[in-house]
Amino acid sequence: MNHLDTLRGALRSLRANRMRSALTTLGIVIGIAAVITMLAVGEGARRQVAEQMKSLGTNLILVLPGTVTSSGVRLGGASRNSLTEADARAIRQEIPGVVAAAPALRGSGQVVYGNLNWATQLYGVDGDYLVSRDWVIASGRKFDDNDLRGKAKVALVGETVAQMLFGGTDPTGQTIRVKGVPLTIVGLLESKGQNVMGQDQDDIVLIPLGTARGRILGSAQGRPDSVGHITVKMADGSDMQAAEAQVQALLRQKHRIQPGQDDDFNIRNLSEIVQAEQASSGALSALLAAIASVSLIVGGIGIMNIMLVSVTERTREIGIRLAVGARRGDILTQFMVEAVTLSVLGGLVGVGLGLGGGLLVQRLFDWPVVFQARAVLLAVVSASAVGIFFGWYPARKASRLTPVEALRHD
Amino acid sequence: MADTRPLIEVEDLARTYHVGEVEVPALRGVSLTISKGEFVAVMGPSGSGKSTFMNLLGCLDRPDRGRYLLNGEDVSRLGPDPLSAVRNRALGFVFQSFNLLPRAAALENVELPLLYAGVHAHERHRRAMEKLALVGLAERAHHLPSQLSGGQQQRVAIARSLVNAPALILADEPTGALDTRTSLELMALFQSLNDQGMTLVLVTHEPDIAQFAKRILMFRDGRLVEDQPVAGRHSAAAMLTGAAA
Ligand SMILES: Nc1ncnc2c1ncn2[C@@H]1O[C@H](COP(=O)(O)OP(=O)(O)OP(=O)(O)O)[C@@H](O)[C@H]1O
Ligand SMILES: [Mg+2]
Repeated sequence: MNHLDTLRGALRSLRANRMRSALTTLGIVIGIAAVITMLAVGEGARRQVAEQMKSLGTNLILVLPGTVTSSGVRLGGASRNSLTEADARAIRQEIPGVVAAAPALRGSGQVVYGNLNWATQLYGVDGDYLVSRDWVIASGRKFDDNDLRGKAKVALVGETVAQMLFGGTDPTGQTIRVKGVPLTIVGLLESKGQNVMGQDQDDIVLIPLGTARGRILGSAQGRPDSVGHITVKMADGSDMQAAEAQVQALLRQKHRIQPGQDDDFNIRNLSEIVQAEQASSGALSALLAAIASVSLIVGGIGIMNIMLVSVTERTREIGIRLAVGARRGDILTQFMVEAVTLSVLGGLVGVGLGLGGGLLVQRLFDWPVVFQARAVLLAVVSASAVGIFFGWYPARKASRLTPVEALRHD
Repeated sequence: MADTRPLIEVEDLARTYHVGEVEVPALRGVSLTISKGEFVAVMGPSGSGKSTFMNLLGCLDRPDRGRYLLNGEDVSRLGPDPLSAVRNRALGFVFQSFNLLPRAAALENVELPLLYAGVHAHERHRRAMEKLALVGLAERAHHLPSQLSGGQQQRVAIARSLVNAPALILADEPTGALDTRTSLELMALFQSLNDQGMTLVLVTHEPDIAQFAKRILMFRDGRLVEDQPVAGRHSAAAMLTGAAA
């Protein structure tokens, strides 16, 4: 019996019970659709993270004040203000390969313009900050040496702040008030969008470090030149581990930390943070994959159930086929082909629905989705595997009937 | 000249059914030979083991005891797949309830044995049409069984039994579900097949039908109790024209 005949026969008997066939394979349809959508959404997220990692720069080192003990607890108190502008300067001057070492103070506050106000992040920065973040000015200018040294009352604003206070018109030259201090906007930062954690990076106001320390963010801080953190940017292709070790050694020396004592600062690599984020999104997609496979198994059990019913219903047909010379293998093949055809058809419909679902996610949630031929192949292969696995038992049962038994059935 | 070498040699054939604890000895040792070209009618009261015997001859079932030589080959010990091959190549079976596939057209039903014989579609089609024409149903080839009368369905079943050019046709009460006239037409068909050399074994309850055979076997209680030739020749075709006149 040739393959085309077998397939035609299978399609015929599936057509004869159209509604039942459709319902039987619904589990597979849903399972496969879920797999396809998950994979597309997951791959989209993965690529986006990879993209952002590249834009974040894997050659950044973040130095934070405070101690991390072996148990991972960060101690505050006396060591809170351990980082200073002098530390940043030392890093810039003494460690080879440093492109920028940007000290920054961070805080938040209301920004007022006319009768509008907006709560945003306030950063006190020096000239290295924009360099370390690869950030450019959309209009106006950066801080110059006069601004920085003279503690000038100037500011750079992010896109979001400009939108909220100036409705999208160019804010350059306007004066805003932050904590009662009037600041003249000298430039607008180019939009950066959301970061990996989903925070709006454009919701920000940059102020010269000296200005911020004096009147805006400084009062509570202890030492006169202490800073909140230092971002170190290394030249492309630097050995990041070596650079981290050098920064650590330098700061220990400058802070006069005895051997055996804990650091009063801690060093973080930005790519580690991104990787941690990525790992958690990996865990999420593993969970989604688990749900999808459960649904495939349930779908497979549905197929097995209906195939068993079908074998019982069609016992007489099996008897007739055996009586005219079908071998057990022919009967086995017939029912296997039916089960696999059913699950593969379900799989194909599922692929279609899954692609549609992915596009829907893209439209509704503005989430990047990436379809891969590999995923479609995987889906079709798993659908046929389900058909083979769950079709086997009913098909074997059918093929084990003897002709007399089968013919007597009604 | 008739070939007198036996087509069927049966020795002490027995079959017992087991229903729970109870043993039902349906066939208690039957021995006989049937030669090529014979037309045998099997008769006997209900439950006497006729169908059991036919199922064994048709290789649909296996005996518990005894030997069955078909064309000189011992088929009583064959496994399921070799038996399938024997049914496919050497035997044609006609059932009381027709046993056609309900969702397949007449032509496809007739093609079925060829499908399992591995014959190509084109050739399958040609041979099946030829047999449908032989039983007078060429123009019904694409009808479903449900669109055919009982007599027509039985003709389709006969075409199917003939399509693989078997050595032997077995029919278990083929006229059991048909009216008298249709039964006569069917017997005329069987007689003409027999005239062309086909060996036939047919079970019937009706003495009138058995008269169209050349030899009658009587079964009782699972045993062959009588084996007699039919005296004279009764032609179903002649009776049909006679009835029409
Ligand atoms: N599958 C079976 N299981 C148990 N007993 C059976 C089975 N088939 C037949 N029998 C018994 O075997 C005996 C012979 O049955 P068989 O069908 O051969 O009779 P038969 O001569 O064909 O009868 P009928 O003329 O009614 O068709 C009967 O007693 C019957 O009840
Ligand atoms: Mg019977």
